[in-house]
Amino acid sequence: MKKRRFFHLIWVVGTLSVFGFIPMVHAISDAFKQNIYNVGTLKPVDSILKVKAGDRAPDFTLPSISEEKVSLNQYRGKKNVVLSFVPAAWTPVCSDQWPGYNIVKDIFDENNAILLGITVDNTPTLYAWTNQMGKLWFPVLSDFWPHGAVAQKYGVLRSNGVSERALFVIDKKGILRYINVNDINKRPSLEDLINALEKLNK
Amino acid sequence: MKRKLMPFALMVVLFLTVSSSIHAADKAPQKGESLPVINLPIPKSPAEKSYLGLTGVGSFKIPQIKAKAVIIEIFSMYCPYCQKDAPGVNELYTLIENDPDLKNKVKLIGIGAGNTPFEVGVYKKTYAVPFPLFPDQDFTIHKACGEVRTPYFIVVKTNEDGSHLVVHSQLGEYPGAKPFLELVLKSSGLK
Repeated sequence: MKKRRFFHLIWVVGTLSVFGFIPMVHAISDAFKQNIYNVGTLKPVDSILKVKAGDRAPDFTLPSISEEKVSLNQYRGKKNVVLSFVPAAWTPVCSDQWPGYNIVKDIFDENNAILLGITVDNTPTLYAWTNQMGKLWFPVLSDFWPHGAVAQKYGVLRSNGVSERALFVIDKKGILRYINVNDINKRPSLEDLINALEKLNK
Repeated sequence: MKRKLMPFALMVVLFLTVSSSIHAADKAPQKGESLPVINLPIPKSPAEKSYLGLTGVGSFKIPQIKAKAVIIEIFSMYCPYCQKDAPGVNELYTLIENDPDLKNKVKLIGIGAGNTPFEVGVYKKTYAVPFPLFPDQDFTIHKACGEVRTPYFIVVKTNEDGSHLVVHSQLGEYPGAKPFLELVLKSSGLK
């Protein structure tokens, strides 16, 4: 009898556990209409960082959607740099991240910082996707070929070939001052990023 | 026999409870329905408090706003269309406030889906939003409203006996301040 009760319990718990896998909620802008591909809930972080705060940021040159190439070292001595890696175009959280950064240019300006948005998508895809966000004030770079090479250098390339949702703050001397490899399923804290930028000037 | 059936009965009850609570948020509140229970904090700003006709501290529910009709915009600081429509929605507020007949009848609030208080503050400052905005950091309200895409507009008619009814529910496609105000007035029976 006891054994039977135990099995009943397992069954009840098992059935209820199904409800634990309700997909994550994202506020998706209507700007993207029905074009967002739902990736479901992913392993929060799936790579091992190769850099740490205090290191010199690895240099790179990548094509941007405006066809100009952008190098990290072109900002050396001139501007603080925020690298925003997002996993992929046309996915839920990513589509609702850069449009927010697009309305805080004043905060970046106040902190003498530029934002570089990076994904491993190719430039045509990035162009089509970011066009839905309105006119972006910051360069959008494609780390498509060699695939994810820059993400790999920083240690934020996941095992399936997309990058983490990661933020790196690099000061004018080219030194990494803040790193946030965020849970890929969630939008990173804007407050933390801005605090990190404000600290650079103190 | 009864004892044997107990676990089954228990499971059926639990299943119905859990599944009905999920289904409740399958879609946004539609015309003719009630709003889900939404608790918002009473604003600290005396101006916003007075705009909504609220007193004291703690929380309030939307039908408690002193008005005949309340327009709710579910937005996000991260949403391009919300950003684009922000000046037009501000204009709606101005149209209402400048009309002595409507001023105390129609009120406007915004709910920032998944936005922190800081993010709502950024949106408010960037677009000089003159009406009260409330953060919904953990998506509680967004979930209760069927996880709508943004911007989403809901118009609620409130009655003197404290009851209320959704009279309009719309995803995006903001037509501009004047046509939207017309729609609000017609659907809520104010015109």
